[in-house]
Amino acid sequence: MENNTILTIVVSLTSLAILAFAFLTRKRVGLFDLVENRRMFFLISVGIIAPGLLVMGYSTVTTGAPFRLSIDFVGGSIYDLTFTSDGADEAAIRQVFSAQGDSNVIIQRVGGPTSNRWSVRGSFLDDDRVTQIVEDLNEIAPLDRERFQQQSVSPTVGEEVTRAAFFATAVVSVVVTGFMVIAFRQIPRAFRYGVCAVTAMVHDILVVMGVQSLMGLLLGWEVDALFLTAVLTVVGFSVQDTIVLFDRIRENIPLHLGEPYETIVNRSIWESIHRSLATQLNAFFIMIAILLFGGETIQQFIFILFVGLLTGSYSSIFTAVPLLVAWEKGEIPFLKQPAQLATT
Amino acid sequence: MANRNAQWLLVIVLLTIFSVYVALPAEVKGVTPSDPICEEYAKDIRADTRGVRCTESIIIDLNSDFNPELNIRVTSSLGLDLVGGLRILLEADAPADSYTLADLRETANNVSRRVNGLGLAEATVQVQGSNRILVELPGVRDRQQAVDTIQQTALLEFVDFSGLNGSQFQGQRILTTEQLRRSSPEALADHIGNPNDGNRPFQTAFTGAILQAASAQFASTGGPTAEWFIAFQIKPEFAADFARFTGQRVGQPMAIVLDGVVISAPTIQAELSESGIITGNFSQAEATTLALQLRSGALPIPLKVATAEEVGATLGQQSVARSVQAGVIGVVVVLLFMLTYYRLPGLAADLALIVFIALNLAIFKLLPVTLTLAAITGFLISIGTAVDGNILIFERIKEELRGGRKLDEALEMGFNRAWTSIRDSNTSTIIICGILFLFGQTPGASIVSGFAVTLALGLVLNLFTAVIVTRTFLYFLTRLFHKAASERVWLMGV
Repeated sequence: MENNTILTIVVSLTSLAILAFAFLTRKRVGLFDLVENRRMFFLISVGIIAPGLLVMGYSTVTTGAPFRLSIDFVGGSIYDLTFTSDGADEAAIRQVFSAQGDSNVIIQRVGGPTSNRWSVRGSFLDDDRVTQIVEDLNEIAPLDRERFQQQSVSPTVGEEVTRAAFFATAVVSVVVTGFMVIAFRQIPRAFRYGVCAVTAMVHDILVVMGVQSLMGLLLGWEVDALFLTAVLTVVGFSVQDTIVLFDRIRENIPLHLGEPYETIVNRSIWESIHRSLATQLNAFFIMIAILLFGGETIQQFIFILFVGLLTGSYSSIFTAVPLLVAWEKGEIPFLKQPAQLATT
Repeated sequence: MANRNAQWLLVIVLLTIFSVYVALPAEVKGVTPSDPICEEYAKDIRADTRGVRCTESIIIDLNSDFNPELNIRVTSSLGLDLVGGLRILLEADAPADSYTLADLRETANNVSRRVNGLGLAEATVQVQGSNRILVELPGVRDRQQAVDTIQQTALLEFVDFSGLNGSQFQGQRILTTEQLRRSSPEALADHIGNPNDGNRPFQTAFTGAILQAASAQFASTGGPTAEWFIAFQIKPEFAADFARFTGQRVGQPMAIVLDGVVISAPTIQAELSESGIITGNFSQAEATTLALQLRSGALPIPLKVATAEEVGATLGQQSVARSVQAGVIGVVVVLLFMLTYYRLPGLAADLALIVFIALNLAIFKLLPVTLTLAAITGFLISIGTAVDGNILIFERIKEELRGGRKLDEALEMGFNRAWTSIRDSNTSTIIICGILFLFGQTPGASIVSGFAVTLALGLVLNLFTAVIVTRTFLYFLTRLFHKAASERVWLMGV
């Protein structure tokens, strides 16, 4: 409950800040130069991603995986409980498993709405704890010990899925770059737009993964199938947001021939920033409503999506575009001679 | 222009009415599937339901011949977390030392692929212990139906190929009497019939149910060199029938058909009763796979149903009701925001957003997409981002108006200029969905495919509502308030 309140406050304050900014800059465009300060924005990105990578590294060393993984990914135990009389309910059973350190159990009644048989899926526990669970369950209602069963269950999301997700991301990177080369063919160096959009996408994936890993360390958040869904949503949103911004640059280049590239780019950001903010706000409104009035089961999912949407818009403006400018000006190591790398 | 917009308005209104009808809860439409009479109906569509409606499907049968002219399947499908379902425990029907854990996992993957199809069914398949596979099917209450679904997943048939050149059909999909018995002719439309019999279905002589065992072996089968072949045994109760059938057709081909595909069409060499062999220039791998498929109907390990029980929802009804309520509040805030921020265009966007919600809910029931709490949440957030297209257009309109353009011109320019970014950004996401869908075909990754399908459909609907529907509504709204909107640009959100 407490976490829920904190999350609601974070999302609400962010929305308010966006709203205030949107109203303040309503009629002014080009307030200050966003591209000139690109080094600062790169540093901010590094400052967010690096700790995330460190936490993931630390987590990998100590637990063998960059995140705390839920039973969706690592499998666990399935318990078959039969009570000999009424009195057990979901909350009481959950309490028993929680007391032994397993708070993410899936509890189902088996055999109809009045049955006294329950099925519980949870993580692997050692024998002592299982014995204690049996004792505690017996306190709720008399437990039929003869029929008590514990068996292992495999993950619902297999290893193949994680591998498939990585491959999919790699293929997405290549295909999106290819798509951008085609879509932006009428402006010079279209290839760079593709590379920058993909870089922003990877940036967003890393931010989301870092935040998840950190939350796992701090609050014990586990990665489940929903997290995979959230990351995939972020991938789609990130690329979509970057393309909208690049589209503006694509349109402005022929309109403002002779202007320096940074000026055109800066103008494009300011021209499309209100759309970014308004879209974010609408998504946040719904998130706040769900956090405030909805069930607690999906607060982690909502928070990860919130971070993803935020970084998705941030990276379009403060990563993809400044990167484009830095490349243009030959500031990127190993890519210092823009003229020779031109593809058109 | 006016004419085209009027046509669009008509299309939109009709589509919306249809979608709202489809999306309405079953109870509102007077459907009572819990009525005992509907159990009869589930078995036979001709059952007399005495005015009780058993299904939400839209069926129009003009001449009452039970061959409906129009049959649109409408099903609401809720996930395991929301309504529970049926838990089926499948047990390996083979000695424990005859398979490995990897085989069991592979079998579970096969089962998963079959029950999940496109990944929209949200069924759970897990390996339990060392010899069991646990399958949970959401929303299913009928035990027999569910067990049938899993068991009918692979159909092995021995088909009469008398008078035909067997090798000609190798690898082709053929239509057989047994398949027709199990599914509808429409589902089998791409299967070919028997050319010697006026393209009528081939005669199924036996199904895989007659087999006791099958194994791959390497020996000489009469020729000068040894080769790989499959030896099989027939269950005693079918031995006499099998002997009669093969005895009458010595020298003729007999096709072995798995899920409609001819996998081999060997020639019957002699009368067969309890056992026989299948030859066909197999490699070792081919022979082993085929033997496995014959034994288990394409599952690496034969399975039997150990238990099938009803399981309850993992989330209380309350948490669902609360989330939906929360979603409604969120959507109302979005509607109000659009209205205050963009005024007249905002009103058009709000109407378009309502159309978007109706269309999307209808699609969920037409496919059908199994709704879990996560899917519902994802959908709610997609409502928030669905106005993105509108925002792009409206910001452009504002710019044009600020630049001093006239109202009609500004509208036209706004839509035209925003279009390239809407097109390119959505195209990229749809391409991403395509890639995710392909990768979701990996066994156990159906969740990724399901996500990709739902997201892509939402995007396509969104393209339609954000551009065409909004433009049509905005056209008529600006007709109505043309003078006011031209004189007071604040009405256009400036």
